Parts: sequence; C-alpha cells; structure tokens
Amino acid sequence: MSRQIIIPFGPQHPVLPEPIHLDLVLEDEIVVDVIPSIGYVHRGLEKLVERREYTEYVYVAERICGICSFVHGLAYCQGVEGMMKIEVPERALYLRTIWSEYSRLHSHLLTLGLFADVLGFENLFMNAWRLREHILDDMEATTGGRVIQGSCKVGGVRRDISSEKLDQMVSGLNELEKEMKELTEVFLRDSSIKSRLCGVGVLPKKEAYEYGAAGPTLRGSGWSIDARKLGYAAFSKLNFEPVVETQGDCYARCAVRAKEMFVSIDLIRQAVQKIPDGPVEVKVTGAPDGEYFTRVEQPRGELVHYLKGNGTKNLVRSRVRTPTFTNIPPLVAMLKGCELADVPVIVHSIDPCIGCAER
Amino acid sequence: MGVFEMVGTVVRSVFRKPATLMYPVKTAKITPLSRGHVVIDVSRCISCRICQKKCPSQAIWVEPKEKTWQINRLRCNVCNSCVETCPVKCLTMDTHYIPSVTVRPGAELFHITYVKPPKPEITAESKD
Ligand code: SF4
Ligand code: SF4
Repeated sequence: MSRQIIIPFGPQHPVLPEPIHLDLVLEDEIVVDVIPSIGYVHRGLEKLVERREYTEYVYVAERICGICSFVHGLAYCQGVEGMMKIEVPERALYLRTIWSEYSRLHSHLLTLGLFADVLGFENLFMNAWRLREHILDDMEATTGGRVIQGSCKVGGVRRDISSEKLDQMVSGLNELEKEMKELTEVFLRDSSIKSRLCGVGVLPKKEAYEYGAAGPTLRGSGWSIDARKLGYAAFSKLNFEPVVETQGDCYARCAVRAKEMFVSIDLIRQAVQKIPDGPVEVKVTGAPDGEYFTRVEQPRGELVHYLKGNGTKNLVRSRVRTPTFTNIPPLVAMLKGCELADVPVIVHSIDPCIGCAER
Repeated sequence: MGVFEMVGTVVRSVFRKPATLMYPVKTAKITPLSRGHVVIDVSRCISCRICQKKCPSQAIWVEPKEKTWQINRLRCNVCNSCVETCPVKCLTMDTHYIPSVTVRPGAELFHITYVKPPKPEITAESKD
C-alpha cells in the first residue's frame, strides 16, 4: 500500500463558487476517501421564521438561495396555503409555473456555464451566461427582480403578466432556443468536453437511489423521478416527460441539464397557451395552524419544506431540505476512485449550491 | 466535426456590439418594474410604523415622537414589502439602484413634515 496523504479542497478554491470543504485522502493521484464538511455560510434562516410574520417570511424564504429563489418562495407559500386550506386562483398557479420554469432555465444556463469554466472552456462559459442574461431580463421585466423575484405570496402572486408580454416572452424564447441548441450541441458533441466528462464520476443506478441523490444527479443515473410529476402549481395540466440518461457519469448529468432546458421552454409555451384569465391572488386572513410538508422540483432536484404553525402570526418551525444537501453523499461515492484532476469536474457535476444547503 | 461547432457563434460575436455594459459608467438596464431603492414622501407619512414592522430585514426605524423616518440602505434588501403595506402610500420604489459605496454610510435620516389636519370643528350649523 502506498502512502496516504490528505489534500484539503475548498472552502476557497478557484473552481468553487461557494464554500464547501472536502478533505481528499489520496494514494498517489487517486482519491480513496473523501471527508466533506460544510458550515461556512450558515445564516440561521430557519430560526428566523419565529421572528417574522408568516407573510413576511416569504421574502426570507426566497433569499435561502440566490439561484432558485423563486422555487423556495413557491414551496414556502404552498406550505402555508396547504396549512390554511387556501384555494389559489388558477391564473396564479400558471404564473408560478412559468416563473419556476424560467428559474430552471436560468439556473441550468448558469450551471452549464460554470461547468464549462471548470473544464477550462472560457468562451463557452461566457456564451452560456450571455444567453442567461435574456432570461434574467424577462424575469426583471415581469417581476421587478433579476434573481430575487419576490413575486410569490401567500394566496397567489404579486404581479400579473399581460397577455402581450406573455406572447413576447414566448417569441423571445423561440429565438433563444436556436442559440441554446447551438450551445448544447457543443456540450453534447464537442470531443474535448466528452473526453473530460465521459466515464468520470460514475454513480451507478442502485447507488444513486440508495444514497438519496436528487434531481439531475438522480436522473443522470437512470431514474425517472421528478417532483414536478406530483402536479403542484399547474404542472398536472401540462405534458412533459422527465429527461433521463443512463450512464450515470458527469456527461450524463450535463446532458440531463442541457436537455431539460428545452423541456422547460416547452412547458412555458404550453402554460402560456393554456393560461386562463382571472384574479391572481386571494385575500388571506387568519394565521396558520398545523403542520405541512411540501415537495417541489428545484433546478437542482427535489426540495422539501416542512412548516409548523401554532395559530399565531409567527410559524414555530421551518425546516428546509435542499437537493444539494442530499447530493453530498452521492458526491462522496462518485469521488472515490477518481483522479485528483477530475475532482473539480465531479464536484461541479452535482451543481452544488452550498448557500442553499446550509441556509 | 466538433471543432467547428461554435464557428457561427464566434463570427456573430465578432460583429455584434458587446453583450456587457460598462456599469456604473453607463446606467444599468432597468424596466418599469425594477426595484431600485425606496423613496419616502415625508409630507404624507403618518408615522404609523407599519413599514418598520413589515420590513423583513429591519432596515426601517420610525420615531413618531421625533418625527423621523430612517432607513439603512445597506440592510434594505429591496423587497417592496414596505411599499406594499404603507397605508397612505407615501413610500414608492424608484427603479434606479443606489450607487455602490466603499464606506458604510449608516442610516439615512428623513424628517417627517406631515402635520395632522385639525379636526373639523363641530359647529351648530354642521350638526343639522
Ligand atoms: S424594501 Fe423591504 S427591506 Fe427595504 S426597507 Fe422596505 S421592507 Fe425593508
Ligand atoms: S412610511 Fe407609511 S407605513 Fe411607514 S410610518 Fe410612514 S405612513 Fe406608516
């Protein structure tokens, strides 16, 4: 047996956008074990639920994550609405669907860009982010915020989108789709990218399930599990199939994200076609009492919000389980046996969002 | 032919104007809905402190006795909650972002100039 050494990776590392610390146990250049630790950006947002009124906590819930902020707000609102038995108007549900698919587009473009950056493909990174800017522009024009939308509220949504704007958004997406095809072609067919990704960080199907992987990490290993199939918001009325890849390597996870963007565009198109007229919010009175679990599909995987109220204006407990958190054990499994040079690529292939994972 | 996948994009990018903006020299893109910063109309604020209670980041401090309204711009996360809940609608959201700073400016202080109109006196004529 050769000598083992430990190399610390993170929390500050050129390829990491967010702080996670991994102790890599190496034998020569091969990683034999990984000890992950988090705790660098804990902000105590779950505790804050006791100090903010349940209607104001939406703003805090949105700020759990800077990328999938809308989906966090949506999950929280859904939880409170479930507890208080509020019927949300149909139009609001469709608008929520549209915005959450926009979030997915923006998150996937972001993460594919960062992925290209990790691979050393700088101009592909910039190209992905250039396309992402169009998505953010539409977000800002409809909600007022580029990344923190603040448009979801308990009982509906804060802003309506006019039908002209919806049509404009769809035609903008049609234009963007062409450019995105070009972008994803590079990810899926470029030989240098393939040589860095294929067969790297393999997560077999059985292990993916047993370690509790979520989202594209799970679907990249052959499981067709997608929380949108639960039919929350307006997803029950739209047709789509989860994107599944079977190889379980970094390439498969990248391919799932690349292909999911087109599913999202299609979902937005369907939603814009089917969106009914009507009010976008209902008046909310009273205070939540009871407990509620909600599950939604974040760009990174399944997100769970647990809320507990006691009939006062302040909830007593909020617990958030984010997909990155459950993707850490699969990450450890992927890293075992890989080469040191592949570690950044594998870490990025789960699309880590540590701010989310620590709240 | 993986090598030529991006040629179209490259050629287009050469002839297109830059995708980035020299912010802050040039103003940022804004839309009519953009949340930039909170503006108060001091002549209408009734010092009810609702904005202070509804602010999730505790950026606002109202002193009804001294008639002051303070906001800490660095605490404010521009969520629009105060603007929505102010009962007299004296708060508005300006679309321009506040400029970046290199020192913490502390709270910005406003003196409320609203004067409660005197109660209309009940006279013998108005009673009838
Ligand atoms: S915009 Fe939000 S954070 Fe800023 S002062 Fe108003 S309520 Fe507070
Ligand atoms: S700004 Fe509006 S909410 Fe705040 S104290 Fe004045 S009147 Fe009340």
